[in-house]
Amino acid sequence: MSLPAASAEHASAGTGAGAHTTAQIGRSLPRLEDARFLTGRATFVDDLKRPGLLHATVVRSPHAHARILGIDASRARALPGVVAVYTWPDIAPIAQTIPIRLGPLPGFEKYLQYPLASDRVRHVGEPVALIVADTRHAAEDALDLVDIDYLTEPAVTTVHQAEAGEALIHPESGSNIASRYTVARGEPALAFAQAAYTRRETFRCHRQAASPMETRGLLAEFDRESGVLRVWGAAKVAFFNRRWLARVFSMVEASIELIEVDVGGSFGVRGELYPEDFLVPFAAMALGRPVKWIEDRRENLLATNHSREIDCVLEIACEADGRIVGLRGRVLADLGAYVRTNGGVVPAKAAQFMPGPYRIPNCEFEVLALITNKTPVGTYRGPGRYEANFFRERLIDLAAIDLGVDAVSIRRINLIGADEMPFDCGQLCPYEPAIEFDTGDFPMAFERALHATDYVALAARNGLGADGRLHGVGLACFVESSGAGPAETGRIKVRADGGIDLFTGCSTMGQGHETVMAQIAADVFSLPVETFTLHHGSTTLVEYGYGTYHSRAVVMGGSALHLAAGKLIAQAGAWYAQRHGLEPSMVAYRGGEFFHDGRLGSLATVAQAAQAGDATARDAIEATATFETKKRTYTYGTHVAQIALDPETAQIEVLRFLAVEDIGRAVNPLLVHGQAIGAAVQGIGATFLDELIYDPQGQLLTGTLADYLLPTATDYPNVEAITLEIHRSRLNPLGVKGAGEGGIVATGAALANAVAAALASTPGYAGVTLTELPLSPERMAALLRQARHSAQRDTQTPAGPAHRGARG
Amino acid sequence: MTHQIRLTVNGEAVAREVEPRLTLADFLRETLDLTGTHLGCEHGVCGACTVVVDGRSVRGCLMFAVQADETSVVTVEGLAALCPQRGDAVRRGEQQLSVLQDAFRQHHALQCGFCTSGLLTTAHALLAETPDPTPDQVRLAISGNLCRCTGYIPIVEAILDAARRLRE
Repeated sequence: MSLPAASAEHASAGTGAGAHTTAQIGRSLPRLEDARFLTGRATFVDDLKRPGLLHATVVRSPHAHARILGIDASRARALPGVVAVYTWPDIAPIAQTIPIRLGPLPGFEKYLQYPLASDRVRHVGEPVALIVADTRHAAEDALDLVDIDYLTEPAVTTVHQAEAGEALIHPESGSNIASRYTVARGEPALAFAQAAYTRRETFRCHRQAASPMETRGLLAEFDRESGVLRVWGAAKVAFFNRRWLARVFSMVEASIELIEVDVGGSFGVRGELYPEDFLVPFAAMALGRPVKWIEDRRENLLATNHSREIDCVLEIACEADGRIVGLRGRVLADLGAYVRTNGGVVPAKAAQFMPGPYRIPNCEFEVLALITNKTPVGTYRGPGRYEANFFRERLIDLAAIDLGVDAVSIRRINLIGADEMPFDCGQLCPYEPAIEFDTGDFPMAFERALHATDYVALAARNGLGADGRLHGVGLACFVESSGAGPAETGRIKVRADGGIDLFTGCSTMGQGHETVMAQIAADVFSLPVETFTLHHGSTTLVEYGYGTYHSRAVVMGGSALHLAAGKLIAQAGAWYAQRHGLEPSMVAYRGGEFFHDGRLGSLATVAQAAQAGDATARDAIEATATFETKKRTYTYGTHVAQIALDPETAQIEVLRFLAVEDIGRAVNPLLVHGQAIGAAVQGIGATFLDELIYDPQGQLLTGTLADYLLPTATDYPNVEAITLEIHRSRLNPLGVKGAGEGGIVATGAALANAVAAALASTPGYAGVTLTELPLSPERMAALLRQARHSAQRDTQTPAGPAHRGARG
Repeated sequence: MTHQIRLTVNGEAVAREVEPRLTLADFLRETLDLTGTHLGCEHGVCGACTVVVDGRSVRGCLMFAVQADETSVVTVEGLAALCPQRGDAVRRGEQQLSVLQDAFRQHHALQCGFCTSGLLTTAHALLAETPDPTPDQVRLAISGNLCRCTGYIPIVEAILDAARRLRE
């Protein structure tokens, strides 16, 4: 099979705003930032050194659930090179709990975490003490010398144990159910009572780790003279983290600088506020010396947010022709030991996106956010969506079989069409207002995916192939939100040398914003992209920023810079107008220069005047704009997976995987394609390989990259993506939607449907129902064994419909 | 107790006293300040710390500095300056890129860039030994290097393209 080429299709006519012809937006430019990474000159946080630098390590709980009876750090303190050991009493006077940034739900306040454990540890890896030493070696040696007297208690490792509540993880709370709510639209009870067909299944999605290649790390330095605390290693949401630190340390925000250096991936987990984000600055301030902490990989797997783990009972109601009239269910989310910064986002988004891209008029979901003795959960690329898409798309395929309709027609008749936009989704998330899909044509993307893969012909070959393997093709449709508000700030300043500096409150973890933002600005200024230098992420650059998550940087940050650019050109034009006694409207701007009956001068000329002391010029060459919105943009698409399953070895080969997504408008199609392919491979790996496995005592069994398996170059070479640019958003001046997450969100769903189709179409394997992820070799082997046993049983006794819930 | 080691790093002679437990990766990063070599797992799985030792790709985290005594080490910092493709090197701003590095850029074979050093050194060693690799050979050669961003597909394309350009 030939490797896929980058593919982007443009709408013949954009439906959104900003449909002007542009020179730089839409170009597949190689990245401006690449050279420093390719030559080893990039600066990641562990590359930083400061005079007098100290090194920190974190003593972590080896137990899932235990009381701390006593801590004796004297042996560690006596080790040569050790400067300090901090435990709970040291931080108690000022310590505050890790705040909830997103997804607050009633009850969560009882399950918050302090940066160090006081009298009880609740998951393996929970910080108990911080060691600071002259060298990393000494700090690591001292880890074994902190003597902690633990009294272990029974561990809660499943949502069902948690709900039963036999062992309480936060005893004072009285329950392991951190929050519980029900959301609905339409009249679900009536719809289910009247439906021709219903079916209920129990699904499960496994716990995963985002595993960015660079582990977390921080370097904090406190300048006692100026009273400024600088923390390098910021990512994702630096401004939020600074505000919290300022409160905890009783400082003004301006005295704390969170500095973003190069960041080796995030995928949602890096840059949230973790216990270490307090502990490292705390030590630096207490000691008056710079302190660096670099997480090791075992810590990363134990202490950085986990995600995805949800058990779900889901029930569908259909008319006989496959029209879906209702969807209801129960979402049981394993939040781990504490509610941290992402609050209830994972379960809440799973419920909100459960109906997906279908019109399903009647829905009801009960959500339980449950506490267990496992690592706390946060957001990971497509939080809740990967899970919800799997549950729903799998159930739709099962319903289609029951109803005798095929997987295509059941989707075709339920997908929301262009004439139904904006589509009112109702309020299915308790901490957000009702939402509506902004623009889109969901059947169009679906048909595009079917056509590109020749799906119908492939589906006809589902079942035992000539190679002795079970072949199957699976579909999954999705809708994905992006561009989270409420605001983002962009600042632009022209330099005297003619270069233009762009400043954004968004951060960058590898997405290529230095190039993309330059493309956006280049179009407004009609100047080459090389003119622009993007400065991003740090709290020193703009007054307030919201960071990078929820595929928001280009939508929000790009729009802010777009607005600032227009403002700056107007200001500089007005400056020339005033100098020449003209009305501002009489000055024209083209390619960095201003004209009125001939050339007046350039942007650089204004900057030079500013440098020479002209105050009006100084005001003219700098502009700040804030783009605000409460509404989100929605991308949508379809994933198609084609697999072959070896019934002897349970090995699955992905013969082809295609992700089709309409993102409205691609600023840089090369980079968008990279996002789509990268996300898809990440999701495919997560569906087959990645699984955080705990034993009944709450010990993580997959604590190294030799156990927690990430996809490699030999695993999934046949992945393709088609990026459509058909339906622009109307909610921002660029018409863009986010591009970072659509590639991953339906991977589990499409692959599971492909494997299920292979099984269902092969005599002797049809009697099993696939309802759990991951599709790991051991789970597949068990499923195949179960299928063969059930086939044998069926040949001995008259077969009945094993899973029918059909009525009427 | 320390040991004296003498080696060549990116073409320059280096002599240092090192502790026996100091890894080659830490020696390069901390002692020589060559921070282009990255540590992703420190247990030999992710390949981010890969450097070229006497022409072969080696995990910098699984080798002690003392074991690099009397060897020649090439890190990502040395690839553009020292590699045989120097004559073909292209300039990007102030920084000279090798053909391989340039191919990575053209194919968008890096996103966060953290694993990139190890992939470049691994690919460099592959192409020195196998100038005309098949796509499967490339995939196999880099299968010990984890990348979370790209899905590997553009990396394979970049290495094949670099091989083609280097043969011409």
